Amino acid sequence: MLTLHCPNCGVHADETDLHAEGEAHLKRFASGSSDDDFHDYMFQRQNPKGVHFERWKHVYGCGKYFLAARCTATLEVFGTYSAQTHEPPQAIKDAITAKRPGWSWGDFS
Amino acid sequence: MSTRLANAGRLVNKNKAVSFTFNGKNLRGFEGDTLASALLANDQMMVGRSFKYHRPRGVVASGAEEPNGLVNLGKDNTFEPNQRITTTELFDGLTATSQNHWPSLEFDVGVINTYFSRFMPAGFYYKMFIHPRPFWKHIYEPMIRQAAGLGKAPKDRDTDTYEHFNASFDVMVVGGGIAGLAAAHSAGQSGARVMLVEQTADWGGRAVVDMPSIDGKTAQDWVADTVQALENMPNVTIRLRTQGSGVYDHGYVLAYERLTDHAPENDGPRHRLWRIRAKQIVTATGAIERPLSFAGNDIPGVVLAAAVRDYAINFGVSVGDRTVVVTNNDDAYRTAITLKKAGLDIPAIIDARTSAEGDLIDEAKALGIRVEFGKGIAKVKGGKRVTGVAICNQAGEGAVIEEISCDCVAMSGGWSPVVHLWSHCGGKLIWDADQAMFRPDPEKPPLGADGAGFVVTAGVANGHLFTAEVIADGFAAGRSAAKAAGFKAKAAQAPMGEDAHEGPLAPVWLMPQGASHALRSKAWLDFQNDVKVSDVQLAAQEGYESVEHAKRYTTIGMATDQGKLSNINGLATLAKSLNAEIPNVGTTTFRPPYTPISMSVIAGVAKNELFQPIRKTPMSDWHTANGADYEPVGQWRRPYAYVRSGETVHDAVNREVVNTREKLGLLDASTLGKLVVKGPDAGKFLDMMYTNMMSNLAVGKCRYGLMCSENGFLSDDGVVARIDEDTWLCHTTTGGAERIHAWMEDWLQCEWWDWKVYVANVTEQWAQVAVVGPNARKVLEKLGGMDVSKETLPFMQWADGTLGGFDARVYRISFSGELSYEIAVPASQGRAFWDALLAAGEEFGAMPYGTEALHIMRAEKGFIMIGDETDGTVIPQDLNLQWAISKKKEDFLGKRAQERSHMADPNRWKLVGLETVDGSVIPDGAYAIAEGTNANGQRNTQGRVTSTYYSPTLKRGIAMGLVLHGPDRMGEVIEFNKVDGTTVQAKIVDQVFYDKDGEKQNV
Repeated sequence: MLTLHCPNCGVHADETDLHAEGEAHLKRFASGSSDDDFHDYMFQRQNPKGVHFERWKHVYGCGKYFLAARCTATLEVFGTYSAQTHEPPQAIKDAITAKRPGWSWGDFS
Repeated sequence: MSTRLANAGRLVNKNKAVSFTFNGKNLRGFEGDTLASALLANDQMMVGRSFKYHRPRGVVASGAEEPNGLVNLGKDNTFEPNQRITTTELFDGLTATSQNHWPSLEFDVGVINTYFSRFMPAGFYYKMFIHPRPFWKHIYEPMIRQAAGLGKAPKDRDTDTYEHFNASFDVMVVGGGIAGLAAAHSAGQSGARVMLVEQTADWGGRAVVDMPSIDGKTAQDWVADTVQALENMPNVTIRLRTQGSGVYDHGYVLAYERLTDHAPENDGPRHRLWRIRAKQIVTATGAIERPLSFAGNDIPGVVLAAAVRDYAINFGVSVGDRTVVVTNNDDAYRTAITLKKAGLDIPAIIDARTSAEGDLIDEAKALGIRVEFGKGIAKVKGGKRVTGVAICNQAGEGAVIEEISCDCVAMSGGWSPVVHLWSHCGGKLIWDADQAMFRPDPEKPPLGADGAGFVVTAGVANGHLFTAEVIADGFAAGRSAAKAAGFKAKAAQAPMGEDAHEGPLAPVWLMPQGASHALRSKAWLDFQNDVKVSDVQLAAQEGYESVEHAKRYTTIGMATDQGKLSNINGLATLAKSLNAEIPNVGTTTFRPPYTPISMSVIAGVAKNELFQPIRKTPMSDWHTANGADYEPVGQWRRPYAYVRSGETVHDAVNREVVNTREKLGLLDASTLGKLVVKGPDAGKFLDMMYTNMMSNLAVGKCRYGLMCSENGFLSDDGVVARIDEDTWLCHTTTGGAERIHAWMEDWLQCEWWDWKVYVANVTEQWAQVAVVGPNARKVLEKLGGMDVSKETLPFMQWADGTLGGFDARVYRISFSGELSYEIAVPASQGRAFWDALLAAGEEFGAMPYGTEALHIMRAEKGFIMIGDETDGTVIPQDLNLQWAISKKKEDFLGKRAQERSHMADPNRWKLVGLETVDGSVIPDGAYAIAEGTNANGQRNTQGRVTSTYYSPTLKRGIAMGLVLHGPDRMGEVIEFNKVDGTTVQAKIVDQVFYDKDGEKQNV
């Protein structure tokens, strides 16, 4: 029963008001892409123990998506941010670095 | 015998007698009794039978850890199994019956298992019932199911009410002993909003029984004063009979309040579930006394030492007249002293330690009690009740030195802190070798959203066994929790407690130390599940080295125990068998709830009509009044058919189909999803959503479209209408509206967020009626107001206008193959419009039809249905819908996936029509069988039925199905299996059974 701050409406929302929407920052591979790229986009996920980036939807609230950076092992939340971005904002990355020096996730670190 | 003592118990009101029944016997107790104390006062020591061997079982404990005293409470609609007698407060008219025996508690046939116990060791069921394989399903499983389970499931509906509270606090304190009270008080003084809960009906925990002195007062006075102080603090909420049941992520706590269990005559909800968010949690949950493992420790009359004391002091009940105390610590001496002072016999205190010194030992000796050091119990004598003990040297193998007659054995193996709540959300434990206990590791608490600990533990639960430490620790925990929650502590003095001097305990995991196998196989670790020392040793010997595996193999700590009584003794035994240290073996996982909470309180008010809202269309009342036989579709209820008197449902369906095809049918299509997609980029967006092109749809026209998942599979379908230059209205399936809306939002918010598109779900804004059949145009012309002719409103177009004075949007679309108009009016006018159509249509044979007629008519026309022809593994190409997949578009959702080789495999099963040779209906879900068998010995298949109906139009069974190379095999007859093992033959035909050229709909 996590609590996450919805950056869209400002509510500190309970998990029952939210819906988990899987991994964040997937890069879409469309028609004409290679089999490997499409396979990775469709099926390959990070599934880390530790720092992770996820999509969440404030489904019983403002209805908007947002992204969250958190630790899957300790449930610590490093921050939440707009879904309209291709990579985590620097402030989020800094917050993670302060708690988990040397972290990396996909192309980010 | 067990009986009521002359001096009244602390909690009992001897002026108020209460009557109750146990197994039909009328008995009396007093107000303030628990069911356990009242039964003991009536000399009812035996309260149940054990699970596996059906051995007689008596009360062992006085609180939530009681493993044996589980009874059926109440009857009919208040019946509840597995209620603990030690936590059930007595009330007038209580009815209880014991469990796990047949035909009676005193004489039980299942007791025969105990004579076969040497053939039923750990893992017996796993070993015994594996061969021969077919026996499992037909003989073993039904037999075990008959015998398994504690108690009986209730048969009647629960008529009590239950509710949920949502609350948030700065500091939540669990446990109303002196540590919890001190913590709540110091946290409350800082101004934090505090909640304190205690699972029993009484504040003060053990202190009010053992009565140390605190701040110069008796514990009882200190507790009363502190409770009063807390009640006067507006920022503090305190609740008795409320258990902190579970601690979850980010400070979520479930508390279970029992409001009327003790007083069923009171109004209001029976149980309340508090769903709490706390910034900080203090677990002051105390400790549970450990049993000692000696032969015959399960015989009724062998009771935990502190419980014996509780019954004497709290309820004025003596468990026995002659009590032998057996211990490895000083605390149990309190029991001997209490009983002796009450005038009862203490033949001996058997202390496993070679020597010990302390105030309590001195006091016992001064009272003239015989104390034997270095001794143990070789064996308890007795069957349904203790009759005596055989004494031996603890260091030896059990050679009997002396026999002492007694009717009660008070045992104490030391204390185990209740670490459950600390552990629920990941708090770690450390092994305290000096005190032989696992206690919370303060360095490794459960972590919250900010990465800091959100649980602190206090008092006995934190491994402190003495009053002075306990109360100081509680005070400090309350202050530090308030500080962590953002409050500043006021200067205040911690309460001071005083203690008798006690010597250290000596860990004793088996008594005597070198007990023979015969003794070990009678030394119980888990009384409820019949797990003995020998069983855990066997598990270790057979390779169950992990404590989690050993638990499941032996069933130790299963069912209601969950790491309370049996835990530490079990894992110490396992550690010894493995030659490992206890901390290296570790504990099993503690999972919430601490004790079972009622299923009804979990449901709360969410039952009956409040369980799930039913969505109703504006015409719903008419349907109900006119024979609607409903079926659920998503959260909607839709009429399956309108059944007239004298008709079966099947008759009604056939009548509705025939009438629609021949005259005029009306369908309430309001449930159909309606999404408005609007904006400068709406066309571009819909081209991504649908497999076909939507951007080039002309204003005023309709187009059938398909939506696929990114994995290529068909997900939804429906007719799209272009309303104006930048507005489209997308119809979805009834069950798909919310899902497809969310799907569109996902792509708009997370992938193409710079596209200017807005989506609104307007499903409930419109009532929609399909007017279908050869007379459809006639009824609309009669209503009048707009031109619905073929020329002005041709097939697959729509128009706004008025019909009979109603504002209407008329879509000329057909899902039945007939001349058909789907007419949307504002929802508020839906019922009036429906009535107007019925009235105007009467002369044309108007008759409403339900979803089954809809399904049959679409199947006759070969139209697919999402959920019938699709199941998440079907692509549009499988359904011969290539025509609806754009070849011009560079991209749409699912396009890349459909380019994968397997999606283009010519061996994918493809949709065809199926006509049974004998005219019968193929069973739902039937498979087309092929030659030979697969690697599992199952018959090979070559296809399956997706839709199958009796067609009243064709007067025969028709079906659609996916068949290997189906479209290339027209005319071929294949076989479908039936449940009875026979098959039915069907000819592969075109999927359109009715009006292939569309002459009926294009009039």
